[in-house]
Amino acid sequence: MKLQQLSLFLENRPGRLEAPLAAIAAEDINILTLSLADTAQFGILRLIVRDWEKAKRILEQDGWVVNVTEVVAVDVLDRPGGLAAALKILEDADLNIEYMYAYSLRRGDKAILIFRFEDPDRAVQVLLDKGLHVVGGEELISSTS
Amino acid sequence: MLRELWNDAEGGFHPASAPDFLPETALREVQLRRLRAVVARAYEHVELFRSRLDERGLTPDSIQQLEDIQRLPFTVKTDLRDTYPFGLFASPMSDVVRLHASSGTTGKPIVVAYTREDVEVWSEVMARTFAACGMHRGDILQNAFGYGLFTGGLGAHYGGETLGATVIPISGGNTDRQIMLIRDFQVSALCCTPSYFTHMVERARELGVDLRELPLKIGIFGAEPWTDGMRKHIEAEAGIKAYDIYGLSEITGPGVASECSTQEGLHIFEDHFYPEIIDPETGEALPDGEEGELVLTTLSKKAMPMIRYRTRDITSIITEPCACGRTIRRMRRIGRRSDDMFIIRGVNVFPSQIEAALLRVEGTLPHYQIILTRAHGLDQIAVEVEVTPEVFSDKIRGLEEVRKRLAQAIEHIIGIRVELRLVEPRTIARSEGKAKRVIDRRNEG
Amino acid sequence: MSLADRQPHSPADSIWNPTAETMPRAELEALQLERLRSLVERVAHVPFHRDHFAHHEIGTHSIRSLADIRRLPFTTKNDMRRHHPLGLLAVPRKDLARIHGSSGTTGKPTFVAYTARDLDIWSELCARFLVAGGLKPEHTVQVAFGYGLFTGGFGLHYGIEKVGAAVIPAAAGNTRRQIEIMRALDPEGLICTPSYALTIADAARDLGIDPRSLPIRLGHFGGEPWSEDMRREIEEELDISAFNNYGLSEIIGPGVSGECSARDGMHIQEDHFLVECLDPETLEPVPEGEPGELVITSLTREAMPMIRYRTRDIARLYREPCSCGRTTMRMSRVTGRTDDMLIIRGVNVFPSQIEEALLRVEGTTPHYLIEVSRPGTLDEVHVKVEIHPEIFSDRMDRMQSLCERISREIHTVAGIRAHVDLVEPRSIERFVGKAKRVLDKRNIQN
Repeated sequence: MKLQQLSLFLENRPGRLEAPLAAIAAEDINILTLSLADTAQFGILRLIVRDWEKAKRILEQDGWVVNVTEVVAVDVLDRPGGLAAALKILEDADLNIEYMYAYSLRRGDKAILIFRFEDPDRAVQVLLDKGLHVVGGEELISSTS
Repeated sequence: MLRELWNDAEGGFHPASAPDFLPETALREVQLRRLRAVVARAYEHVELFRSRLDERGLTPDSIQQLEDIQRLPFTVKTDLRDTYPFGLFASPMSDVVRLHASSGTTGKPIVVAYTREDVEVWSEVMARTFAACGMHRGDILQNAFGYGLFTGGLGAHYGGETLGATVIPISGGNTDRQIMLIRDFQVSALCCTPSYFTHMVERARELGVDLRELPLKIGIFGAEPWTDGMRKHIEAEAGIKAYDIYGLSEITGPGVASECSTQEGLHIFEDHFYPEIIDPETGEALPDGEEGELVLTTLSKKAMPMIRYRTRDITSIITEPCACGRTIRRMRRIGRRSDDMFIIRGVNVFPSQIEAALLRVEGTLPHYQIILTRAHGLDQIAVEVEVTPEVFSDKIRGLEEVRKRLAQAIEHIIGIRVELRLVEPRTIARSEGKAKRVIDRRNEG
Repeated sequence: MSLADRQPHSPADSIWNPTAETMPRAELEALQLERLRSLVERVAHVPFHRDHFAHHEIGTHSIRSLADIRRLPFTTKNDMRRHHPLGLLAVPRKDLARIHGSSGTTGKPTFVAYTARDLDIWSELCARFLVAGGLKPEHTVQVAFGYGLFTGGFGLHYGIEKVGAAVIPAAAGNTRRQIEIMRALDPEGLICTPSYALTIADAARDLGIDPRSLPIRLGHFGGEPWSEDMRREIEEELDISAFNNYGLSEIIGPGVSGECSARDGMHIQEDHFLVECLDPETLEPVPEGEPGELVITSLTREAMPMIRYRTRDIARLYREPCSCGRTTMRMSRVTGRTDDMLIIRGVNVFPSQIEEALLRVEGTTPHYLIEVSRPGTLDEVHVKVEIHPEIFSDRMDRMQSLCERISREIHTVAGIRAHVDLVEPRSIERFVGKAKRVLDKRNIQN
C-alpha cells in the first residue's frame, strides 16, 4: 500500500529544477506528482513517478543524489473539513507526520494526499482500520492515465 | 617577607586586603571622611546632584556623621538615562581613562566612567575579592567572564593582575576550548557566571573530562542570581569551592562584595561602597538584619560618584561578626529584585527592551512571551512571537527572513543570542491586567 | 619630560619615547647586540633552545656581531605546537602574568605567555605607535577588536591606557551598537580591523547617518592585510587618518611595528625586536628593499622569547632615514604569506582547521571547497560541501541541522562563522594530485 517516493537534492539557483525533470522526461517516465521544499540555499525535490526504479537509475547516472522513501497516499473527501477529519484520525492514533503534500490530480469528489510518516506501516494499518482509503501504486497510476 | 606571609596564609589574604580587617571605629572614620569628600565632589561637579541638594536646603556640610547620609536624595537608574551620556560625570574627559556601558531599559546604554584612580580602586577590590575566595599570587585564573563593555571581564582581569595571578583572558564561549585550557594549563581558579559554569561541568562530562581530578579548586561566580542548590551541585561535580560575588557597573562592576572561606554572606568592601538597606516602598532606612532594598554609595569614586544608588536588589545585612576575621559587614545573597528585570548570562534585560525591538521590526507590537530556561546548565532565552497576517509569507525563506530580522533586532538591543520562535496566532495566553511577559523556568526540575 | 610639558606641534610631540625611537643607529645596534647576547644566555636552560644550541654548537661566545644571528637556528609554529602548551617557557610558571593563544594549524591553538614586565613592554610598544599616529592623552578611543584569548584588543587597550587616553572597550561585533556608542561618547580614535572600519561606515549610511559626521578622526588598523586603496577608501568614507600597524601574538601581539605621520612604512621597534628579511627557499637575506619572509627575534621578552621566529609573512625592509626623525628601520605592508594561512576578519585560519572540523561530521570530507570572498566590506567564508547519499535526507530539518552542525564545528575549531553550502554532486572541481581546497576571491593585494 506504500508508495516509493524519490527525493533529490537541488541547489537553489535558476534552472536547477529543470534538469532532473528533463532527464526523466527524456526516458518517457511520467511524473505523477511532485513537491518542492526549499531554503535560500538548497531545496529538496520529492517525486512520485510511474517507474521509480528506472527513474532512480537515470537520475543517479546523471549524478543526482537520490533517496527512496516510503510514503502513503490517502483519499480524502474534497470538501470543507475533509482533511481535518483525516488528520484527526492520525492525531488520535498518535501518528507523527513528518511532512505532507497534495497530489496534483483529483478523482471525482476525492482529493489525494501524500503523507510521510515516521512509521508508515502502522499508519497504513490505522488508516485502513478507520475506514480511510489508502491508494496503492497501481491504483494511483491507473487513475491518472 | 611580609608579602610571603600574606601569600602563604591559608585564609586567602593579600596585602590589599588590609582594609577588610580594620577595627570598626577606624572603618567608620574612613567612611565618614570619604563620604564627606564624595558628597562635596558630586555637589561641585554634578548638576543633578547639586540641584537636588539645593532643593532640600542641604549642602555638603550637612554631612556631619554617617547617619546623615539618610538625608541625601536617592539616585536611580533612570537618572543615568536622563543625563545620558555624561551628565553624572564629576571628572573632565581628560581625566577619564575608561568608559563602560550596559544596556538600559530603552535600548540606550547606561554609560559609566573611570579615572585612573577609579580603575586602581576597582582592581584593588577585585584583588580583595579573589583573596577572600582563597586565591593567591601564582594562581592560574581562567577568566571566562565576557570582555568588552560589560564590566565583568575587565574587572576580573585587572583584579587578577593586581593579585599577582596568571590571567588567561579566555572570555565567554567556546566551551570545549575552556575545558581544554582548564586541563592543559593546570588552572587553579576560574570565574564566570554560575550558569555558564554549570554548562561547562556538563560538557566536561560529555567529553570524558573529570573536573574533580584537575587542579581547579576555586570557582568565583557572579553577575546573576544563583541558589545554594546550584552551589552544592557545582561543588560536588567539579570538586571545587564555589564563591558568590556581587557588583554592578553603576557602582564599579564586580568587586562590591564577595564571600569569604565561610561562604556565609558576602562581605561588602565598605571602605569604598557604603551600604544601606531601605524599605523599597517608603524609602525609609531599615535597621541591620531586616530585609529590604540595597542602596549603595561609592565613597571613593572620582569620575562618576553614585550617592545612595538604588540597586533594586533585595537583601539584608548580617550583624554577627564573621569567623574569617573580616570586620567589614556582610549581606545575604541576593535572591530577588524589586522590578521586572531579569538577568540572563550576566546581562540585565528588561522586557521593555524586547518590546522595543519587536516594535522596530513589525511596526505594531505583536503578542509575545519571553521564556527563560536552563538547558545543559546554560541559560537560554526564547522569545515567542505570534505570526500576524502582515508577516506571514508562503515561502519558507520568507518566514525565515522575518524570524531572523526579529532575532537580530532583539540581539542588537540586549546583546545576547535569542531563540526566536514564530508561533500561530492566539497561542500565547492572554490575561486580564498585566500580561505575563516573562516565564522563568530556569529553576524548575 | 612628561608628555604634557612638550611644546604643541613640535616634532617631538608625536614621539612617545624619543630616547628609544630616535637613538643613533650605532647606539641602537650596540643595544641590540647586548640584548641578543643576553637573550642567548637567558634561554640556554630551556630544553628546546638548549638542544637546538647544542646541535648547532652555539653559546654566548658565538654572538660577536649582529650578523652572527644567522648562526642561530630558526623557530617555527611547529616547534610551538610540539611543545604544547608552554614548553618554550623561559621563566617559572609562577612568574607568569598572562597567557594568550595564537591560532594553530589545527584545532589546538598554540600559547604564548607574558610576565608582568613583558606586559609592561607590550603596553609601551603600543603606546609608541599610537602616539606616532596622533593619539593624545585627552583623546577617547573605541577599541572594536575582540578581547579574549587572542591578543587582538589587549595590547592596544593597555597602550591607550599607558598614553593616558580613555578606552571604550567595545570589543568586536554589534555594529549598530558600535555606532550608537560612537555617537554618544565622541571618541576621536577607532581601533579595529581595516575591513571592520568600512563595515561601520556602511552601517552608518544604512542608518541614515553620514559616516563622515562620526566623531572619529584617527584610526589604527591591523590584524589583517590591507592595501593603499583600502586606506584611501577608509579615509574618504570616514573622514579620518588611517594608520597601519603590525604584530603577531607569537612575538608579542600588535606592537612590533607601526606607522608614523609620514605613513611611509612601519617603524620597527628595533630596541625590542631584531627583524630579518629572508628568501623563504634559500633562507638567505634578500637584497634590501626586496620582498622576503620576516624572521623576528624578540630581544627582551622574558616569559617566552622567540629566536628567529619564521613569521611566514612577506614584506620588505628599508633603512633610509624617515622624515619623522625616528632612526628605526621600516617595513612595508605585509603583501603575502609563504603558507596557506588565511586571515578572515582578523582571525588567522588554516585550511587544515576547516578540514579537521569537517572530519568531525561524518561523510563531509571527500569533496569540499573553502571559498573566501569580500562581498561588501567584510570577509565571508563559504564552505561548500558536496552532497552524497550518506548525508542526504528527504527531510528538510535534517538537512538544515547538518549545515548547522558543520558550521558549529568550524566555529569550535577555527573560531570563525562560516556559511555552509550544500552543493550538488560533482560540482566541485576535481584535481589530480593535491586538491585545491581554497578559493580566495578577495582582492587585497596592492
